[in-house]
Amino acid sequence: MKLYCLSGHPTLPCNVLKFKSTTIMLDCGLDMTSTLNFLPLPLVQSPRLSKLPGWVLKDGSTFLDKELKECSGHVFVDSVPEFCLPETELLDLSTVDVILISNYHCMMALPYITEYTGFTGTVYATEPTVQIGRLLMEELVNSIERVPKAQSASMWKNKEVQRLLPAPLKDAVEVSMWRKCYTMPEVNAALSKIQLVGYSQKIELFGAVQVTPLSSGYALGSSNWIIQSHYEKVSYVSGSSLLTTHPQPMDQASLKNSDVLILTGLTQIPTANPDGMVGEFCSNLAMTVRNGGNVLVPCYPSGVIYDLLECLYQYIDSAGLSNVPFYFISPVANSSLEFSQIFAEWLCHNKQTKVYLPEPPFPHAELIQTNKLKHYPSIHGDFSNDFKQPCVVFTGHPSLRFGDVVHFMELWGKSSLNTVIFTEPDFSYLDALAPYQPLAMKCVYCPIDTRLNFIQVSKLLKEVQPLHVVCPEQYTQPPPTQSHRTDLMIDCQPPPMSYRRAEVLTLPYKRRYEKIEIMPELADSLVPLEIKPGISLATVSAVLHTKDNKHVLQLPPKPPQPPASKKRKRVSEDVPECKPLKPLLSGSIPVEQFVQTLEKHGFSDVKVEDTAKGHIVLLQEAETLIQIEEDSTHIICDNDEPLRVKLRDLVLKFLQKF
Amino acid sequence: AENEQVSPLQNLDVGRSCILVSIAGKNVMLDCGMHMGYNDDRRFPDFSYITQNGRLTDFLDCVIISHFHLDHCGALPYFSEMVGYDGPIYMTHPTKAICPILLEDYRKITVDKKGETNFFTSQMIKDCMKKVVAVHLHQTVQVDEELEIKAYYAGHVLGAAMFQIKVGCESVVYTGDYNMTPDRHLGAAWIDKCRPDLLITESTYATTIRDSKRCRERDFLKKVHETVERGGKVLIPVFALGRAQELCILLETFWERMNLKAPIYFSTGLTEKANHYYKLFITWTNQKIRKTFVQRNMFEFKHIKAFDRAFADNPGPMVVFATPGMLHAGQSLQIFRKWAGNEKNMVIMPGYCVQGTVGHKILSGQRKLEMEGRQIVSSPKWLLIDKACAFHLLLLQLEVKMQVEYMSFSAHADAKGIMQLIRQAEPRNVLLVHGEAKKMEFLKQKIEQEFHVSCYMPANGETTTIFTNPSIPVDISLGLLKRETAIGLLPDVKKPKLMHGTLIMKDNSFRLVSPEQALKELGLAEHQLRFTCRVHIQDPRKEHETVLRVYNHLKGVLKDYSVQHLPDGSITVESILIQATAHSEDQGTKVLLVSWTYQDEELGSYLTSLLKKGLPQSTS
Repeated sequence: MKLYCLSGHPTLPCNVLKFKSTTIMLDCGLDMTSTLNFLPLPLVQSPRLSKLPGWVLKDGSTFLDKELKECSGHVFVDSVPEFCLPETELLDLSTVDVILISNYHCMMALPYITEYTGFTGTVYATEPTVQIGRLLMEELVNSIERVPKAQSASMWKNKEVQRLLPAPLKDAVEVSMWRKCYTMPEVNAALSKIQLVGYSQKIELFGAVQVTPLSSGYALGSSNWIIQSHYEKVSYVSGSSLLTTHPQPMDQASLKNSDVLILTGLTQIPTANPDGMVGEFCSNLAMTVRNGGNVLVPCYPSGVIYDLLECLYQYIDSAGLSNVPFYFISPVANSSLEFSQIFAEWLCHNKQTKVYLPEPPFPHAELIQTNKLKHYPSIHGDFSNDFKQPCVVFTGHPSLRFGDVVHFMELWGKSSLNTVIFTEPDFSYLDALAPYQPLAMKCVYCPIDTRLNFIQVSKLLKEVQPLHVVCPEQYTQPPPTQSHRTDLMIDCQPPPMSYRRAEVLTLPYKRRYEKIEIMPELADSLVPLEIKPGISLATVSAVLHTKDNKHVLQLPPKPPQPPASKKRKRVSEDVPECKPLKPLLSGSIPVEQFVQTLEKHGFSDVKVEDTAKGHIVLLQEAETLIQIEEDSTHIICDNDEPLRVKLRDLVLKFLQKF
Repeated sequence: AENEQVSPLQNLDVGRSCILVSIAGKNVMLDCGMHMGYNDDRRFPDFSYITQNGRLTDFLDCVIISHFHLDHCGALPYFSEMVGYDGPIYMTHPTKAICPILLEDYRKITVDKKGETNFFTSQMIKDCMKKVVAVHLHQTVQVDEELEIKAYYAGHVLGAAMFQIKVGCESVVYTGDYNMTPDRHLGAAWIDKCRPDLLITESTYATTIRDSKRCRERDFLKKVHETVERGGKVLIPVFALGRAQELCILLETFWERMNLKAPIYFSTGLTEKANHYYKLFITWTNQKIRKTFVQRNMFEFKHIKAFDRAFADNPGPMVVFATPGMLHAGQSLQIFRKWAGNEKNMVIMPGYCVQGTVGHKILSGQRKLEMEGRQIVSSPKWLLIDKACAFHLLLLQLEVKMQVEYMSFSAHADAKGIMQLIRQAEPRNVLLVHGEAKKMEFLKQKIEQEFHVSCYMPANGETTTIFTNPSIPVDISLGLLKRETAIGLLPDVKKPKLMHGTLIMKDNSFRLVSPEQALKELGLAEHQLRFTCRVHIQDPRKEHETVLRVYNHLKGVLKDYSVQHLPDGSITVESILIQATAHSEDQGTKVLLVSWTYQDEELGSYLTSLLKKGLPQSTS
């Protein structure tokens, strides 16, 4: 059992598990933090961005000033943003049999894998994961494609050149592997390879392995996976939550008795309490609006936004915000809001009960109905007519590098009345803001990450008791900025095995048994013998058939009867074809009874001599000698086959066969 | 051999479904239906049949409900709250959502309107639903350690499911009602090749191979259109959920296309509510509706409006969808009474009607109906025939002049569909329920001919026993398996390789290990049985020359065996040892000592008989 680690990002994993002749990719996360090195893509011509000075090397050479621009002391690549792909060289990805997706954030690299590597397998994911994943990809492609950027910078990637650049560009890893965004046809092709699955559905892979998605409590349709054979169980835990938000609660019980538990996707902000952050979000929002300012919330079009809207639904009247318009701007805003209402079966109990009434599970339906929440595909079109300030805008992308959010940053950044509130934890907010500096607008950081924290992890591990834990190396040491916080790491016994990008781990396991089926006809022919109380044995001689990794034992075929007319005289001429194995023997021979038996069978001249280890039984006339010891019997005789066979059978009567 | 028992509590004829299955010691009740044709105790299944006097909870491991139609779930509150059952009840999410609403609706009609007693209460419906566990499609639900169930999509109505019930390697599939062709709002039933020991399938349309759906729809639209054109009123009695939505989509698109103005109504609040369920459970509808729902939700109708009682007397044409579907009570019956006397009007029965209902009567051609009524209807068409009735029960005769049309829109599989499902699932036995005896007999023959499987059709209360012959799963030690698969890399059909092992049976666990391991585990020593045979050979040559001759001879004969001549002068054939000594008295005779263990018995025995025949004369 081997684990190939293709991504170094702990919350956007991409691992490949080789297990019992199957090759299973676990998630397909796309590291988008690479985009922070690029300049934002403005929707309308931005004089500020276009006037940024080109970057000049210390020695005054200007050959990079077209590709790199400087803004408030930071250097950015002026090009279409690129993403850091999972490793594609560590193993031949065309050999991957299946890809298991745990949640919609962890499938963003899927088109790169399924469309570029010769992948011919199947992808498994739940319906909400696929639908919302599609929306995220659509939004991503849309926000990049709608701003055609002629320039595609590549000179800076040259190793010799990169060395000369300032941090963080200098330290960016694998820049040669960075890729531009995929296209919609590629997204569609990738998604067409997905097969939908439901929680607790058992999916057989080649008869060798069974995989099962379990509710992970983190997002709509998010799952952990069990990968097991009859004797081994690997749990893949990725992006799980024990908080009660909108999704179905996490299924912990099914993770028990794992041989190996692969643990990824823990909270990225282990020190922040999501509930407290939501409270801060609401109060900052209210304060800004009351003072006449606008609020910008950079966000993904699905996920936490549903919870935020629900909180606001309860909060706006009491906070006197009833007349403030809330705008949700995304090419997939409408779809996301609609889709959230139809996945009743994937929601927490309270929301499910609402659907039974029947009422929409999320209150944003009411916000839309009462015109408090309005959604638009983009800032162009209807939105520009309806736009009233002060207002609250939810829009993407949280990296602030593309999407409608770029426009609002440019529009509102100069006024200290306005506030941008960061709720998504995927990007450092300071890095995100860097190309907009200097800024007058207020910045509030309320990261809401509902995934497991280290206290919950240690409780979970105590509960489910895996034999071995495997996790990204980041989880085995305190965060670099808080090196004294030894509580912010995984603590378990035996200590976890850690992995980093491009590493191959050999996972410990001991497999001793395999399942085999005994056909009913064979089972009927077996003769069990009780050896000890409660323990019976039966010797089995059977034909083994193996097909599709399933083993079956059948009755051996009856030897073909030689035709009666063609009686062959010289049977012994035939060399025995195959060696029919004889059973092992056990037990010992009681000499007295043996002698009595011999006499009963017509041997009259039996003589017994004692030896140091046992006895010698002599049949004088037959010139035969039988040495009997505790664990052995030796028959020494003339070449008299009938006699030998007779003696053999008499001896066998006293022994047990195995 | 183990067996499975199936006892349909009530099923022959499409009255209601309630089937008891015993599989490998587990008892499962499939559906818990009510008979709509009866108004007395006969409407509920006879549960005393299950346990003569024991508690149902102790006897049954679980109850499974296939879909929300009352002939499949109508007796559930009676069963769980009045007879008494506290175990788990499984159904899909949409069924769990909709079923209590239909139950409550039916309770209202029966108790509040008809004044019947000995019926379940609203509270009982609520308490009953608390025992329900909702299941996802394809989710494997572990009822207990041995019993697992899995739901498959069945089409038919929103949330309808087929269920696989599995214990060890024995399994039963129960279809409930299903539809193998997708329609305007639902997809087609689908099951994988799960090879159950028994497939229990409904057979409502056992002999029908229905003409194309498109023709039926065109016919339906034509009739509605003609009636409306001549100023008539069309009554379509429907179940609140199911065909109602299908026909609404059909009429809505037709009205849109033809730009028709006559009003279409949907009776009672229940049906409006019903459309909400379809919107929220859109993932259970067909692919097309699911794909386009963001742009346009098919269950938001432009032309179809809520019905008000007073509208029935409005002049001019109209189309009304009214519940219930069999014209046995409620609004559809009220409207029917009002409109029946006018030959311009039309009633279209889009589904099956149970015997005893008004729907069934008019479909079988009856045009003079005796109705019981509590109020005197002022319409001159009513004819009072029995004034003398002491119970103030008025028997009215109603003459039906309106046109009566039957169009099978109910989404059951037809004979073709049933055969198709059998082909998909590949069952070893088939059992037909929920159909009419004669038609089932025909289908039974067809199934047996085409699939060569046994097909059963038990009567009510009759028990069918099906014998299964499951193979036995065993744990084989990997060492033994690898040893065997390593030897037999190239399987030879003609010479099958025998594998030898010892099966250890302990506390219901079965393990197959190598004999050596079995001995070791049991703490037993091996007993070695060895044979040494003296074989006399006439050969005047020197001992080592004789040995060489023997060696050459054996090597020539035993081509597939490892024959070796060792430096100490002995010969081995595999693990059999041959040594030569001179005869103590006769120098011309050599004695070969052939020694082997019991494990080499065949080869040892063969060697002695081979050597006994002497050496060939000419050995070079």
